[in-house]
Amino acid sequence: MSATAQTPATPAEDTPLLEVRDVAKYFGSVNALQGVSLKVHAGEVTCVLGDNGAGKSTLIKILSGVFQPDAGEFLIEGRPVALAGPREARNHGIATVFQDLATIPLMSLWRNFFLGQEPTLGWGPTRRLDVGKALAIMRDELSKMGIDVRDPNQNVGTLSGGERQALAIARAVYFGARVLILDEPTSALGVRQSGIVLRYIMQAREQGKGVIFITHNPHHAYPVGNRFYLLKRGQLMASVRKHETTIEGLTEMMAGGTELAELSQELMGLTAGAGAPDPELAEVARELTREAQARSDGAAP
Amino acid sequence: MEIKPQGSGGIHRTAVGVADGKRANEAAPAGKDERLVQVSRVTKLMQRPELGALMGVIAIFVIFAGFDATPNHLWLAQAGLAAWSQQAAFFGIMAVPVGLLMIGGEFDLSTGVMTGATAIVMALLVGHAHWNAWLAIAGTLVFSALIGLLNGFVVVRSKLPSFIVTLATFFIIRGVSIGGVLKVNSGSTQVSLTGTSFPGLATATDVFGSSFAKTAALPSGYQTAVLWFIAVTIAGTWLLGRTRFGNWIYAVGGDANAARNTGVPVARTKILLFMSTSLAAGLVGIISFTQADSAVSEQGVGYEFYYIIAAVVGGCLLTGGYGSAVGAALGAAIIGMAFQGVIYAGWDSSWDFAFLGIVLLLAVLVNTFVYRRAQRARR
Repeated sequence: MSATAQTPATPAEDTPLLEVRDVAKYFGSVNALQGVSLKVHAGEVTCVLGDNGAGKSTLIKILSGVFQPDAGEFLIEGRPVALAGPREARNHGIATVFQDLATIPLMSLWRNFFLGQEPTLGWGPTRRLDVGKALAIMRDELSKMGIDVRDPNQNVGTLSGGERQALAIARAVYFGARVLILDEPTSALGVRQSGIVLRYIMQAREQGKGVIFITHNPHHAYPVGNRFYLLKRGQLMASVRKHETTIEGLTEMMAGGTELAELSQELMGLTAGAGAPDPELAEVARELTREAQARSDGAAP
Repeated sequence: MEIKPQGSGGIHRTAVGVADGKRANEAAPAGKDERLVQVSRVTKLMQRPELGALMGVIAIFVIFAGFDATPNHLWLAQAGLAAWSQQAAFFGIMAVPVGLLMIGGEFDLSTGVMTGATAIVMALLVGHAHWNAWLAIAGTLVFSALIGLLNGFVVVRSKLPSFIVTLATFFIIRGVSIGGVLKVNSGSTQVSLTGTSFPGLATATDVFGSSFAKTAALPSGYQTAVLWFIAVTIAGTWLLGRTRFGNWIYAVGGDANAARNTGVPVARTKILLFMSTSLAAGLVGIISFTQADSAVSEQGVGYEFYYIIAAVVGGCLLTGGYGSAVGAALGAAIIGMAFQGVIYAGWDSSWDFAFLGIVLLLAVLVNTFVYRRAQRARR
C-alpha cells in the first residue's frame, strides 16, 4: 500500500492522477458516504452515476476539497494529501464546475473567470491585476469553446444560464491542469447545450486531463465515459469499465429492474385506489412495467 | 471633491476595460454581434455606483450656497471649503474602509468608539508612559490592528453576524475606555498632556494634526486630515479596482460560498477588512489626539452610523458585493457639508439628525433605482 514503493514500480500513466480509498463522510448521525474508492486516470473520463441523494455531491465536495473526508485516503499521483480547501485543490491542478457554477452575479466576466487566481503585474505595493493579460486569456479560452465574448466587462448576472455554464466550464478547463470535475453539468441544459458540454468533456480528455463527470443520466455518461462508478445510498454499488458494459446495462444498473417493477406496482395501486382513476398515471405505470420486463429479459450480466 | 473618478475601478467599466472591450468588438471577424445592444454613455455613467453620491454632493453644495447666512458668504470662500473638508475628512477616513468592509459583506459597529479609544491609547502612551510620539503611534496602530484581528477572527470562526460581534466589541471597548481611563488617569475621563517635553510629538503633529496651505485669505489653512482622507480614498480605490485583494472583496461580499469554491481565501479577506477599519480608526485617533493634545473617553461613540450612512449614500450595497471607495468618500463629503452648512445657514443644529435621516433615505432610494437600471443595462 506504500505510495513510495508503488510509484517507481509502475509506469507513470498507470498511476491514477487522483485516487480516493475508502472515503467516508458523516453529517451527524447520517452516513452520507461510506467506503467509496475511486480512481481518475489521465486522458480518461470517470463517470459517477447515481440518483438523487446517492452521495454524488458529497463525493464531489471531497474530491474538490470543499469537504475533508472523515475517513479514508486521498492521493494525488500516488502521494497522499489532505486538501484544506478548494484553493489547495486548485493549486494541485484540480478544478471543479460546481452545480451552482460558483460565479458572482455582480462581478464582470473577466473578474469571475480569474477569481482566486488573478494574474498580476509588478511587485510589493505596486502589485496589480494584469487586466490586459486576463482579458486576452479569457477571450482565447472562451473562443476555444466557440463563445464570442461580447463585452468582458459585462456582469455575469446578465448572462443566460447556458452562457454562465460555459464560462464556469471554460474557467475550470483553464485552471484544472490535471483534473477537471463537473458536477451535473447537463442537468439543467437542453439537448443541444448538453451536446456542447459533452464535447468540452471530450476535448479535456484529449488534452490528457483526468475528467470526473457526475450525472444521473446514463445517456450522457456512456458516450464519453471510460469508467463508471455507481453510487447508491452513499455506497459504491458497482464500478465498471466501458468495454464491460452497454448503455442498457448502465441504465439497468442505475434503476434496477426490480425497483422499477415495484414502482409500477405502487402506481397501479394508486390509480386503482383513487376515486376517479387517472388514465395518464395508469399509462405511466404500464410503461414502467414494460420497461422493467424488457430489462430483466434483455440485460443478462 | 471629485477624486479621480476615472481611476476608480469598480466592477464596472474602467478606462482600461472599455478600451479593451472595444478592441474585442473590432477583432470579431463576423462584425458586430447582433445581441450586443449599444449601451449609451449615459447608461454607462448611470451604472457607476458613486453617481448618486456625486449628484448628492452637487445638490447639497448648491443648497447650502443658497442658504448661507454668513456675512461674507463663507460657504463659497476658502474658509467654507476648509471647514467642511475637515469635517468630511474625519468621516471619510473611516467611511472608505467601512465601505470596503460593507462590499465584503460585513459591518463593523465598533468603528466609532475605536476612534476615541485609539486617541486615548495614544494619549496614555505619550502622556503617562512617556513614549516617544512616533513609538506611541506605532503602539496605537498595533492596538488597532489587534482589535480588528479579534473582530474578524471571531466573525469568521463563529459565523455569527458581524453586526452582533462588533456590537459586543463596541460595548467592551466603550466600558474599558471609561473604566480603565478613570482608574489610570486619577478619576478623569479626559487625558490631557501635562508638562512640557514630549519627544517626537512636534513632528508627529506636523504629519497628522496640523494644517497646510495657509494664505492671507485663509490664515488657518486646511487640515492635514484632508490629505489623509484623500490618500485613504486613493488607496481604497486602487485596492478595489486594481488588486487581487479587491477582486476578493467583491467576491466574498457577492457570494462567499462561490468565492470559497473558486479558491478565494474568504476568511483571510474578511479578517483583513476588519483590520482595515480598525486601523483607520487608529489613524483618526492619532489625528484627533495630535490636533487637540488630549483625548476623552467615549469620543466618537455613535459615529459608526455616520460611516455606514456615508458608505450607503456612496452606493455601497448593504448586502455586499457592490460599491466603490470614491462613493463612500463622496458620502462622507455630503455629511461634512451638511454639518457645516447647517452652521453657516444659522439653522438649529438640533435638526441635524432629521436632515441626515432624510439624506440617507433619499440616497438609498436613488441607489436602488440606479442599481436596478444598471442591472438591466439597456437603453
